[in-house]
Amino acid sequence: MKINVFVTPKKNVLDPQGAAVGHALETLGFSGLKGTRVGKLIELDVEGGDTPEFRARLDRVCRDLLSNPVIEDYRYEIVRP
Amino acid sequence: MKIAVVQFPGSNGDQDTFHLFASGLGLPTRYLWHKDTALGDVDLVALPGGFAYGDYLRCGAIARFSPIMAAVREFAARGGLVFGICNGFQVLCEAGLLPGALIRNSCLEFRCQMCELTVEASSAAFSPAVLGASLRLPIAHGEGNYRIDPTGLEQLEANRQILLRYAHNPNGSLGGIAGIRNRAGNVFGLMPHPDRAFERFHASRDGLPFARAVLAAQFPEFQKKSA
Repeated sequence: MKINVFVTPKKNVLDPQGAAVGHALETLGFSGLKGTRVGKLIELDVEGGDTPEFRARLDRVCRDLLSNPVIEDYRYEIVRP
Repeated sequence: MKIAVVQFPGSNGDQDTFHLFASGLGLPTRYLWHKDTALGDVDLVALPGGFAYGDYLRCGAIARFSPIMAAVREFAARGGLVFGICNGFQVLCEAGLLPGALIRNSCLEFRCQMCELTVEASSAAFSPAVLGASLRLPIAHGEGNYRIDPTGLEQLEANRQILLRYAHNPNGSLGGIAGIRNRAGNVFGLMPHPDRAFERFHASRDGLPFARAVLAAQFPEFQKKSA
């Protein structure tokens, strides 16, 4: 099954990259911009099915490796079960 | 007093750090490979600067799971001295051996320059009385912007865990924080490079008193002897 893991900077954490991209968007005349945050998309392709045990394993690697809970949030979507 | 310097794939400050202790302080020093699982007989483990695992995912995120890190964690839990420089500091934060995290410099530029650092009164070994009011050490990083939540920052301040602050903040670090220690006082990390400030031909030699202060956390006689 295919899983998309999204890792984003926490709302209250400074995001210098997002700020720079936001400035560039304004320079291009992209009006009405209220905020820009830059995160990561991690695509996983995993054997097996979507079970509670699997979700627990997935949450664990999201917390331990794919995101740093001090500065980032994560969420995931199972694209093709 | 025996020193070990960990080499990760992508470390580039390993030889500088080796020579800081071996040549600068005249201490028996050896390397450890990231795949080693035991530290052996050692009094201080240093994690050097560089780009361990290409800084992929986040700086230090993958290095933290190297086999050697389990041994480093056990060593730290037993009170052993652990010292992270630049990328090594990032690895220690990712490993949870030091609080907080290091993100992209607010200026978005890689900063490579000499910095004036204000010495904080942190412990008997780390204080302006011993080290002077300020030290000059070079930095070379793109992700040195220290971040921690407000509660974490309060704890750092209350427990006097901040070692150094930038006199002129080069990277947007919260409170200008350049280096910290853990609460127990045996794990140290900083973004500036004491390992690039100890030879006669270096622009500063303040790396020597800094390294002595780290060792003095456990061996106070060392600082007195070499002061």
